[in-house]
Amino acid sequence: MITTGLSDTEIISRVLQREQTAFSQIVERYQNYVFSLVLRFVENREDAEEIAQDVFVKAYRSLADFRGESKFSTWLFTIARTSCISFLRKRKLDTQSLDNERTGIQLANKESGFRADIVEQKSRHAMLNESISMLSVDDSQVLTLFYKGEQSLEEIGKIMRLDPNTVKVKLHRARQRLKDKMEKYFRHEVHEIQDD
Amino acid sequence: MRYMKYRMIKQKEEPIKADLANDSGSFASYKEKHMDTRQQMEERLWDFIDGLSTADEQASIRQLISEDPAWRRRYNDLMNVDKAMHLDELDAPSLRFTKNVMEQIAKYHVAPATKNYINQNVIRGITAFFLIMIAGMVIYFLGQIHWSATSTDNLVPQYSLDANKLNWGKALNSTSVNIFILVNVILGLILLDKYLQARKKSGNHGETV
Repeated sequence: MITTGLSDTEIISRVLQREQTAFSQIVERYQNYVFSLVLRFVENREDAEEIAQDVFVKAYRSLADFRGESKFSTWLFTIARTSCISFLRKRKLDTQSLDNERTGIQLANKESGFRADIVEQKSRHAMLNESISMLSVDDSQVLTLFYKGEQSLEEIGKIMRLDPNTVKVKLHRARQRLKDKMEKYFRHEVHEIQDD
Repeated sequence: MRYMKYRMIKQKEEPIKADLANDSGSFASYKEKHMDTRQQMEERLWDFIDGLSTADEQASIRQLISEDPAWRRRYNDLMNVDKAMHLDELDAPSLRFTKNVMEQIAKYHVAPATKNYINQNVIRGITAFFLIMIAGMVIYFLGQIHWSATSTDNLVPQYSLDANKLNWGKALNSTSVNIFILVNVILGLILLDKYLQARKKSGNHGETV
């Protein structure tokens, strides 16, 4: 996470001194991270954007509670995760099986429409996103936090309320499953990555 | 940023490539000692790729990768996943996203820190309330037990408690229990008052999350 200009702590102290506009720097800095994480829970971009906005509003309102004991991003991602779970509960979606792989029907639908997508979207980003979207919410979350959110195992543990060793095991398994999906559906693209 | 990530990945690969050129005589014995399963192999390789393994472990993994085709193949597979994840870009929300958030937060103020409006005395009061309640119950039950020694030789006292013989009516009518209940009710009302005051106060300063 490369940041330029003011540090998170400096921006936060300005916001706490009633300089509300300074918060836009926080939003700009983290919007893609939060949005990407939320997209792992809800596939609809409109819903994801709504939740991501809500995450920043919640973060703003409870900014005084951020004590700087963890990275700001870790704190923000914890809010994002909680917001996503609340959203899914409200929607009465299958939240009880957050630990499990998504239902067979959902997966079958994805897989059946997959080949057409490959033709249309050959980009690496699309390939990875498709592969990740076939994983369980927990798997995709761990991967997103580790690679995109650039969180350590301990930080992911804080966000997901898990022991770092459990996170490590989950990360290993998630990567294994991702590799399997990539090899199954994107063998050609995987070889292109290898050749880079 | 993407270039930096790419350089990091390349740096991880370079020592392996250097080792591939060398041959080590002690490798066969090491390999015999470490006939890992596929899962263990992958766990060790992921630790190596993530930079979580110790210096000794890193050296041994490098050697395994350079000399064992199975390890090398598995390492390359895992590196492909790692490389793809590192090079992947983040999803971006709409261009109006920041503006939308700023419009929404304009309606609110930053809520005061929780520690400021949760009075420690309230917490102490709740603790005292439950402690008094538990202590009262324990004292009452101990008072109901008939301690009777059945044998002078036996140093352990014999006692019996018959729950059916507990005189609840007497206990609830006694002055001491009435005072005990009164104290608890007053404590409860004080706590409720403090809670409502804190809620009203936080409502004036903006809602809490």
